[in-house]
Amino acid sequence: MSLSNFLMITPNPVASGVIWFVIISIVLYIARAHAHQGILAASRTVRNALRLSAHSVMLLVNRLHQRNKEVLLNQGREAAERIIEREFERVDATVRRDLAEYPALHRLLSEEITKIDEDYKESIDVPPAPPGWVKAVEAVAKIPTTKGDPMVGNVLEDIHQSLIKANTKATEEYRKASHQRHQLLTNMMPHWRRLRQLLTQVDKNINSLLQRSTTIDRHMDEFEGIIHQTDRAARMLSSSSLTQFFISLFVLAIAVGGAVINFHLIARPLSEMVGGTSYIMGFQMNNIAAMVIILVELAMGLFLMESMRITRLFPVIGALNDKTRQRMVWTFFSILFFLAMVEAGLAFMREILMEEDAATRAILRGDSVAKEVAQGSYLWITTAAQMGMGFVLPFALMFVAIPLETFVHSLRTVLGVVMVGLLRVLAWSLRFLGNIARYTGDTLVHGYDLIIFAPLWIERMVKGAKQGEVKKKEKKNVDSMHFGGAA
Amino acid sequence: MAKNISKIILLASMLILFGCSREEVPHTRGVYMLMDTSGTYTKELEQAQRVINFILSNLNPGDSFAVARVDTGSFSEKDIIAKVQFEDRPSRANQQKRIFRDKIDKFVKNVKGSAYTDITGGMLQAIEWLNEARTGHNTILIFSDLKEDLKKGFVRDIPLQLSGFSVVALNVTKLRSDNIDPREYLNRLAAWQERVEAGGGTWQVVNDLERLESVLTF
Repeated sequence: MSLSNFLMITPNPVASGVIWFVIISIVLYIARAHAHQGILAASRTVRNALRLSAHSVMLLVNRLHQRNKEVLLNQGREAAERIIEREFERVDATVRRDLAEYPALHRLLSEEITKIDEDYKESIDVPPAPPGWVKAVEAVAKIPTTKGDPMVGNVLEDIHQSLIKANTKATEEYRKASHQRHQLLTNMMPHWRRLRQLLTQVDKNINSLLQRSTTIDRHMDEFEGIIHQTDRAARMLSSSSLTQFFISLFVLAIAVGGAVINFHLIARPLSEMVGGTSYIMGFQMNNIAAMVIILVELAMGLFLMESMRITRLFPVIGALNDKTRQRMVWTFFSILFFLAMVEAGLAFMREILMEEDAATRAILRGDSVAKEVAQGSYLWITTAAQMGMGFVLPFALMFVAIPLETFVHSLRTVLGVVMVGLLRVLAWSLRFLGNIARYTGDTLVHGYDLIIFAPLWIERMVKGAKQGEVKKKEKKNVDSMHFGGAA
Repeated sequence: MAKNISKIILLASMLILFGCSREEVPHTRGVYMLMDTSGTYTKELEQAQRVINFILSNLNPGDSFAVARVDTGSFSEKDIIAKVQFEDRPSRANQQKRIFRDKIDKFVKNVKGSAYTDITGGMLQAIEWLNEARTGHNTILIFSDLKEDLKKGFVRDIPLQLSGFSVVALNVTKLRSDNIDPREYLNRLAAWQERVEAGGGTWQVVNDLERLESVLTF
């Protein structure tokens, strides 16, 4: 008995369909209350589970956010401490360099001022004293004269001549003295200039200190914000961290480009040393050797920068005493220098191999022109360029340590921010799905009622009729009470 | 914790051991070229020289290359004109290429035509040599008109074991009889193709040597 036979209650399919519809409607109508409860309970369960999950995810988001903030503030605090420390070191250096010489400067200023003072005193204008016998002349001049007495006239004439002489002499002396005073004043000029220079220098030093103090104040404000864990400080640090992340990523990409060029420079000639046909884990031995050399160079560069305290990726190296650190600097530099020399040699070897290859190909092709080109005189330029690159690139790669440090530090923040974002999206999605589950339950309930619309319509009709009868009865009762009361 | 560390050490040492094993076979290439020196085909040997030089310029250190003549009885090491397994060092490999080329030049200058053409014998010798060379990718080049002409008594009805081999027929010239009845030429090619593919190899024909560079991708 197939399903179609089972469904065909009557030979007429429409009639069978109607009968089945009626049967199903009745069954569904009977089970309506339980079905509604079941659907709503299922949708509520799904919704609550999803909302609970969303809540848990949000709690995780908050914890992660808090943790990110802590990490960010810690990093920011360390960075601010480093900056402030460095600023203080600069101030200290300025004070040591400039203000330590202050007593000498003071002495110099005093000496200059004393000299100027002495010169000034010497240059004071002293009017010449009138001759002492002028009063005697006045007395002679008051002697009463008689007409025709030439003696008095002669005496006065002599006195007049003497006066002119004395006056001329006094004037000359005065001029000489004035000249000397002017000379002294002229000699004061370099002292004044020196004094001005010294004071300008002092002014510059003081201004520099003031500027440093302003910078320190600014950094201290930021530091205080970080210490007090303000949201503003966290936001600023987050923004700064993202910027640093992308910049360091860009610089690292450039460094990777440099490393690739370096790799191609040395991989081919290394096949002369380690062979080009051996393989380790599917990679050619010479390629692995080239990669190892570049990685060793990078490691040496990192250690060198660490020993020079430019980066702080390895606290062990930073904590070493200065003498050991200095020795390590020279050791790492020597190794790096040696590797750079090796690379330059390999680059030279590469050029020789390429020329030899070109020559062999030319011979095999019987191409005399190509052979000549392969042995061209200008090839020394490419050889020199390759050797130069081979020598310089290891040192250039050394500076990868700086962006690498920034990248590592900012990566934590960026990963934290990305994780928070992803978890928020997840929480939103869970809440959204919860709501969908809830409204799906409601929709299913309505759909259920739609299928059994006929029994429901009959139910409403029956209920309506019953309510009509009840109302009629109530009305009758009310009317009888009303008329009875009136009678 | 100690167990975990020992597991990690074991895993790392296994990786190093397996990683360091020399796997030369899959990466090296072996080429064996058969040169027909019978009858009028000796005139085509200059073309063969070009092909050999082209192959030499494309092979790398670690690869193997042999050139053998096809004459009356080619299943013999004596028919190998020049053979080489290039050393690991590129500079040394270049020197080997030049020596190889000189040997071929000397052979082409002094070659004498043979009365019979034993291509199957040459193929068998090629298979043997390439298998001994333990190369990863094996190619047999047949520079011939593919018309086999065996001396009486020579048995060459032998299935060829060519699994993993590529067989390339180069410069398959049309004989005078082919011009009269081209079916002969086509049947000859089809017969060789069937024989090679029955042995598990792949078959290719390159008549235009200008296209050699694009066809022979080692």
